[in-house]
Amino acid sequence: MIVADRKPFDEIIKMLAPYSNILVLGCNECVTVCAVGGAKEVAILASQIRMRRMTDGVKTKVDEKTLERQCDTEYLEELKDVIGSYDAVLSLACGCGVQFLGERYIDTPVLPGVNTTFMGVTEKQGFWTERCQGCGNCVLDRTMGICPVTRCAKSIFNGPCGGSWGGKCEIDKDLPCAWHLIIERYKERGRMDAFMEIIPPKDWSTARDGGPRKRHREDMEI
Amino acid sequence: MSTQGNLERVLRSGGFVVTAECGPPRGVAPDMIRKKGEMLKGYVDAVNVTDNQTAVVRMSSLASSVILKDMGIDPVMQMVCRDRNRIAIQSDVLGAAALGIKNILCLSGDHQRFGDHKGAKNVFDIDSVQLIQCIKGMRDDGRFLSGEEVKPGPSIFIGCVENPCIEPLEIRAMRLAKKTSAGAQFCQTQCVFNLGSFERWMEMVRQLHLHEKVSIIAGVTPLRSVGMANYMKKNVPGMDVPDELIDRLKGVPKEKTSEEGIRICVETIERLMGIEGVRGIHIMAIGWEDVVPEIVKSAGLYPRP
Repeated sequence: MIVADRKPFDEIIKMLAPYSNILVLGCNECVTVCAVGGAKEVAILASQIRMRRMTDGVKTKVDEKTLERQCDTEYLEELKDVIGSYDAVLSLACGCGVQFLGERYIDTPVLPGVNTTFMGVTEKQGFWTERCQGCGNCVLDRTMGICPVTRCAKSIFNGPCGGSWGGKCEIDKDLPCAWHLIIERYKERGRMDAFMEIIPPKDWSTARDGGPRKRHREDMEI
Repeated sequence: MSTQGNLERVLRSGGFVVTAECGPPRGVAPDMIRKKGEMLKGYVDAVNVTDNQTAVVRMSSLASSVILKDMGIDPVMQMVCRDRNRIAIQSDVLGAAALGIKNILCLSGDHQRFGDHKGAKNVFDIDSVQLIQCIKGMRDDGRFLSGEEVKPGPSIFIGCVENPCIEPLEIRAMRLAKKTSAGAQFCQTQCVFNLGSFERWMEMVRQLHLHEKVSIIAGVTPLRSVGMANYMKKNVPGMDVPDELIDRLKGVPKEKTSEEGIRICVETIERLMGIEGVRGIHIMAIGWEDVVPEIVKSAGLYPRP
């Protein structure tokens, strides 16, 4: 899923300064699961904004709503008749939702209430970690199911680098060295021969480096 | 462009090589490089020029290497994968070769988190093993990574690094095997403080017959003070400084600590010289370059061939 962090409250307040009628808009997908942009977080943030504005003596109307998804046109349509009554929408969706909503309703400013951080997993309650960078050319079959692009701080393909120490990464002693994990699995599965193969330079053209990506399925078009 | 550099010449003649390190300045100070060069000239066979080590901005490794080369010193230009993509890397290899640089040392590079530009974007388009392969391909096959022709190719003596004191040691030996098969001809190791660990690593290296294919040059660093030893132990990634060494430094009066540090370094060199497969030493006395001549002389490695 896509993981995000709420923006600092003061940054949100500064962003909203020019606006009086505000819609705080949640998304029922990834940001709900990572507890940053679902209906509950929308209610909390909307209350915080109301209280701050009241303290500051600024007359403000803050409404709350949560869509099933902000990255799909069909759900954005739900706002068709109401969005015109707001000065701005504070979206708690990921960067995709914020942009797509803004594309659909070009007359209303759509502002980001969260910082989209990574594609990851819930390791345990309240703890999310990154697993994939969407490089467009998966190598997990060669690296024992552990992604060196994402989990190695240097994205190297022939690790571990000289900074790997006690199975940890040089940048953070709490961060496992991806290559240490990969090698442990090579050993467990008796595949150290695979470690000895030099993985050639990666073709990054399928990643962001090749420009914004798209996927087209003509057979699905209606 | 095919003549050998001094480092390759000494190694090919069977000599025990001595190299040292020169960190470029944080400003337009070519005279600082010349000063370090003067200190080292005649005492070492080649001088490594670091490439923005610890991710702190310094004068470029290529420019600094050329300054040393013009003084008659054989530079080992370090090249890290952190800051350049394959286009810039190959371009710099051509430029370095055109300016007479004979040796390139291939490294991943310290993460920018350690440096003075923590918000920088890192590159790591290719890694150090792929960099070795890339330079070898340009030299031996006359091909860029793209497969296009290099006309003419660069004549470069290719180096790599390895850390012989990180557990598990067998992985470090196997990684050297990968670098050797990629095309590395010499290997300068991370500072050896833990000789027991280094000896075990060398045993694995010999079992894999790597010492016959790649010249192993063991890294040493004189410890100037107890504070420096503690700092390296705690803060420098991959540095194994045994407590016995720190205790030995603590055991002498403060004004004698640096002398003791030099003594430890010379003793380490003497032990390294006795290990089968060690072809030389690399003295990393960053910020203390003036001590290199004394170390070289005390270890009986002066004059140079």
